[in-house]
Amino acid sequence: MSDAPDANGPDGDIAPDVAAVELDGVGKVFNPGRSNEVNALTGIDLRIAPGEFVTLIGPSGCGKSTLLRLIAALTDVTDGSVSVNGKTADRARLDRDYSMVFQRAGLFDWRNVSRNIELPLELMGWKAADRRQRSAEMLDLVKLSEFARHHPAELSGGMQQRVAIARAMSFDPKLLLMDEPFGALDEMTREHMQNELLRIWAETQTTVIFVTHSISEAVFLSTRVVVMSPRPGRISAIIDTDLGERSEATRDHPEYFANVTAVRNALRGDHAS
Amino acid sequence: MCLLGLAYTAYKAFGTAIDDAQSGWLVIGSFLPETTDLKMPPVLDILAGIVEEPRGTGDPFWTIVASEAAFTLREAAVGFAIGVVVGLGIAIALTTSGRLERALVPHVIASQTIPLIAIAPIIVIWGRKSFDFLPFEWQDWMSVSIIATYLTFFPVTINGLRGLQSPRPENLELMDSYAAPWGQTLWRLRLPASLPYLFAAFKIAATASVVGAIVGEISAGVKGGLGRRVLLEAQRYTTGPERLYVAVLGAAALGIFVFAVISTVEYALVGRKGREAVT
Repeated sequence: MSDAPDANGPDGDIAPDVAAVELDGVGKVFNPGRSNEVNALTGIDLRIAPGEFVTLIGPSGCGKSTLLRLIAALTDVTDGSVSVNGKTADRARLDRDYSMVFQRAGLFDWRNVSRNIELPLELMGWKAADRRQRSAEMLDLVKLSEFARHHPAELSGGMQQRVAIARAMSFDPKLLLMDEPFGALDEMTREHMQNELLRIWAETQTTVIFVTHSISEAVFLSTRVVVMSPRPGRISAIIDTDLGERSEATRDHPEYFANVTAVRNALRGDHAS
Repeated sequence: MCLLGLAYTAYKAFGTAIDDAQSGWLVIGSFLPETTDLKMPPVLDILAGIVEEPRGTGDPFWTIVASEAAFTLREAAVGFAIGVVVGLGIAIALTTSGRLERALVPHVIASQTIPLIAIAPIIVIWGRKSFDFLPFEWQDWMSVSIIATYLTFFPVTINGLRGLQSPRPENLELMDSYAAPWGQTLWRLRLPASLPYLFAAFKIAATASVVGAIVGEISAGVKGGLGRRVLLEAQRYTTGPERLYVAVLGAAALGIFVFAVISTVEYALVGRKGREAVT
């Protein structure tokens, strides 16, 4: 498991021609040449096919959030190349190929919930009536319809994050980049949101890249788990965890537990080295 | 207001008592200012001065002061408006680049170290001599507005800059992730986020614009306005000291008025206090 990962990943043989995301020898150094230089990532090769649900997991400082931000073109690579839907990462950003959900909900205090969800639609020039309708659908999806006119300060942290997810999904992005989006939610809400996310993922065929600290979350959600290790951040294992169609029963499935163990061992192997 | 009147009267009584006693009484009498009715007219005289009709006018004095306050208000309001546009413009320009900010902010601060009294005549002379390219005739009160602008743009620039830089990095990254152009990020994120900062500045700027207008009137020799009135009543102080006090009260009332206007607009735009968080 801890062998150097194949560029095409375990299911590279069935991947369509154009990868959703292709990382080729990606490295990232912060503040190069200065005393506070940090080698955040090195030698990252990863190919993610359209429709996959890939989770990045690893200890703090392994560069998993940095990797997500490189794919989002919010920061530039130092080495190697990133392509999204066959374009450069920045071209994909300009084409609004992806949407991002951050650790913090980051809602705008002065906008009510509905208007927060409409933000990306406004930037894309949607008509007001269409925006309102879509925002209502998204609120329905995250089960916050009765809070449409509330302001973020009046919502709990979990509710705020559900609004942020609704906002991210509002324009049907081809790729969803999620940076520990459920970390702030209570366990019940979290499992509910996981089920909802899987349902949306199945319906929309969206590719999802998901960063988490939680092994069970990674295993339950993903088709593949990418295990990362720190200093410098690199991929130490890629584990195929596709459990097919998932439901609440999956959480008690023996294969699910086997996968949890596999990911945990991969993470431990990492600590030993 | 009542407390102020009481304190004024009490101090005056105290001062008079000291004067009546031997000079140098307990040392205090030698350096405390004298309090005669000429130097500190009684509160009742000042109140009477508000409604009294000065000779040859036929109007109660307060209506004269009020119309002059309205004249000053126009200068101050125009000065405030230009100051907000210029101040915010500078703040937005400085937001575009950290290098520009570091280069220009010291100059903005230095601009405020020049005494207003010193530049006021220059602006008035420019106004009379140099602005004849404008489609309308330049009037002295417009120069006073420019003088008020000089005081008002500064707090708007400094607070506006802080406000425009107040969004969290993840909010700015969110806008980047949506490929929002710079103008959209400004309009939908930076400006709304800076409103609380801007209104704090507007309150300072609004009262400063009144100060700037009055000082401008005095040094520009504009006919009309509270500054002119204060100068006039100071010249004929011995025949009616209470009128100078009424003029000063008028200036104070104008300052309070513009502050109240800004506070009302702020409440309408950003005042959503008292909502409870749902947890």
